[in-house]
Amino acid sequence: MLIMSGIVKQFPGVRALDGVDLDVRAGEVHCLLGQNGAGKSTLIKVLAGVHQPDEGTIELNGEAIRPSSPVDAIRLGVATMYQELDLVDGLSVAENILLGHEPTRLGFTRRRALRSTATEILTRLGHGEIKPSTEVGRLSPAAKQVVSMARALSHEARVIVMDEPSAALAHDEVANLFRIIRELTSQDVAVVYISHRLEEIREIGDRVTVLKDGRTVAVGLPARDTPTSQVVSLMTGRNVEYVFPPRSGVAPGAEVLRVENLTAPGVFTDISFAVRAGEIVGLAGLVGSGRSEILEAVYGARRASGRVLLEGASVSRSTTKAVRHGMGLAPEERKAQALLLDQSVTANITLGSLSRYARFGWLDRAREDVEARQLVETLDIRPPDPQRPIKTLSGGNQQKAVLARWLLNGRKLLLLDEPTRGVDVGARAELYAVIRKLADDGIGVLLVSSEVPEVLGLADRVLVIREGRVIHEGAATDLDEHAVLDMIMEGSAA
Amino acid sequence: MNGVLSLTGRRFGEARHLGLVIALVLLAVVGLVTVPENFATASNLVSILSLAATIGVITVGMTFVIIGGGIDLSVGAIMALASVWATTLATQAFGPFIMAVCAILVGTGAGLVNGLLIAYGRMVPFIATLAMLVAARGLAQRMSDRKTQLIQQGNEAIVALSTTRVLGIPLLVYIFALVVAVGWIVLNRTTFGRRTYAVGGNPEAARLAGIDVRRHTMLLYALSGFCCGVAAILIMARTTTGSSTHGDLYELDAIAAVIIGGTLLTGGRGTIIGSILGLLIFTLITNLFILNGLNTSDQLVAKGLIIVVAVLLQRRNLKERAT
Repeated sequence: MLIMSGIVKQFPGVRALDGVDLDVRAGEVHCLLGQNGAGKSTLIKVLAGVHQPDEGTIELNGEAIRPSSPVDAIRLGVATMYQELDLVDGLSVAENILLGHEPTRLGFTRRRALRSTATEILTRLGHGEIKPSTEVGRLSPAAKQVVSMARALSHEARVIVMDEPSAALAHDEVANLFRIIRELTSQDVAVVYISHRLEEIREIGDRVTVLKDGRTVAVGLPARDTPTSQVVSLMTGRNVEYVFPPRSGVAPGAEVLRVENLTAPGVFTDISFAVRAGEIVGLAGLVGSGRSEILEAVYGARRASGRVLLEGASVSRSTTKAVRHGMGLAPEERKAQALLLDQSVTANITLGSLSRYARFGWLDRAREDVEARQLVETLDIRPPDPQRPIKTLSGGNQQKAVLARWLLNGRKLLLLDEPTRGVDVGARAELYAVIRKLADDGIGVLLVSSEVPEVLGLADRVLVIREGRVIHEGAATDLDEHAVLDMIMEGSAA
Repeated sequence: MNGVLSLTGRRFGEARHLGLVIALVLLAVVGLVTVPENFATASNLVSILSLAATIGVITVGMTFVIIGGGIDLSVGAIMALASVWATTLATQAFGPFIMAVCAILVGTGAGLVNGLLIAYGRMVPFIATLAMLVAARGLAQRMSDRKTQLIQQGNEAIVALSTTRVLGIPLLVYIFALVVAVGWIVLNRTTFGRRTYAVGGNPEAARLAGIDVRRHTMLLYALSGFCCGVAAILIMARTTTGSSTHGDLYELDAIAAVIIGGTLLTGGRGTIIGSILGLLIFTLITNLFILNGLNTSDQLVAKGLIIVVAVLLQRRNLKERAT
């Protein structure tokens, strides 16, 4: 149905696509796999009309097409859900869903039709609870993802491209997403699905195309029957499994963080726990269970009653003070909350510890450069050029830079919110190793992740959060994925 | 040329400046061709620089504010207020040094009020500084009773900044150069400058990285007010007066210079050098129109066109870099 062949796209300095072939059949879920930087995003941007290919052809239903703009692509029947949410925060949910093709009469929007269409699509997505009149800026990341999906569905498209649609979703919402995808494919819509989660691809995918360094390395592998090791080795050229570093076995040291009766009405209630030096404590829970919000409250970025003690001393609630007391946060939304996209890797790394390089406010740029360069090497940030604008790096490497920010100045406690979101398998293993190494060096780590295996594999101790309360606390080795999922979904799934 | 240079990624700032320098050279060529006998004289070049000095100092402060994600509409009014306050008979009784200190304190104080309203009162910068524009100009009128206040005998030291020349150049041009140099150093070589880019580029990331965004925002407006105070000293020196009408529409010239210089109104990106080049382009146009005896209305039209062309060119550069 959709055939892309020999696609070449050259950017100044890089050949992003170097002859890519893709063959998608009607009614199938075609998965696109590849490491960050393999060319997946560029490929779908070519398909979506954002970029024009330098060479190669695209055929849709036997007809050669050449989408010249996103509008053109949508008109031809290709709708795209991007990984970076492209929503207008100031507009309502309904206005966002139908942005660009609002129902109109004589140039006036038909507000009632707008709202009812939006409600209909949201209900179909199983999210009737999102009000069409809500301003998008007020929604949680997961709800935004739903709106973005609703937008893609609003264009009766024949091909829908989904770039990491599950990245911001919790487990039950992923199930919902899959239900919608199956509904679409049963109507002969083709879905191009990009994800880093192999288990998802096994569940929903029909065939897999693997990209590596801008080339197709495998076309149309059966999604269910291809062994993981084969897929991973195609992507990486080496045999990496989803590996967690071994726990050191050393007993954790003194208490670094103590949280007492932390409460933010309507968000979380009466949260108490402690993190010891050298210990990784994981918070497992659904999106919206309050886990990220607890992290923010500990960091002083969100108001809450109760006490936060760092090494026994009460910390007043401001991020500036939190940093001064030795905390560091790697926030959930890397681009919006952590990075200065226009600035260099160095400037991003040293942002959290500028005073370290300053004498009377004067920046010692040579020293800044040396230390940033060391971290780039230690963490293997690629490409290894600290002067590069950080926006040119892949997600995994950007995340490493965010971690590097807090390695410079003797942190006592690191708060990590979804540290591996949008990061490929190989880079994940490296991030896990870095995080474990930090703990072994005596830092306390508080980890939030939507992926239960990640929390279980990486953390020493796990707190299970449901609806803003701690419902279980115990050693990670005593739990398995099934038990945790049972706990966090009990009552909330129905 | 921009395209090729921008490929190296790191040095695109200089490439963008290259365009501004070429524009300056072209304007100079126009001057040499149309008024060869008057343009390239030492006295004309000095008068261009003297003219640029006052707004130039303001432009430095404005560059900081805009890179930090804000805007300051009150600069001209604050300068007028500072000039009036420094030239009241009561202030003048203390002598020229105290007059200068007074101008700087008044400017910094008014800027600090802007900063408090914006950072801690959470007002939109546009509105807070618009209110300051109106109020400061009103206060200046009230203090001076709408009369121009002459600098008294005994306080000629202020005027001497404009009349005393070193190597043929008035002292106030050196002050301008000093402010530019210090501004450049602060922006590029200090934590304050780095934080300014961070606060303007991504305030949320800056906050989560432990930067006190509100305090920094407040300081940016105080810095802009400080520059207005310095500019007030320069305008007193040039005109030998303090007046509530000084600096009318300076805010527009300063903002225009910053924008032509390639600083984004959305914050997070920009340079002092660019702003100063932008300002020199503006001043040169004024000079050329005067020397050629052309209508000042046409001059405004030309300036408007320059802003549009500059922004269009920058947008093209941005696009090239984005891909």
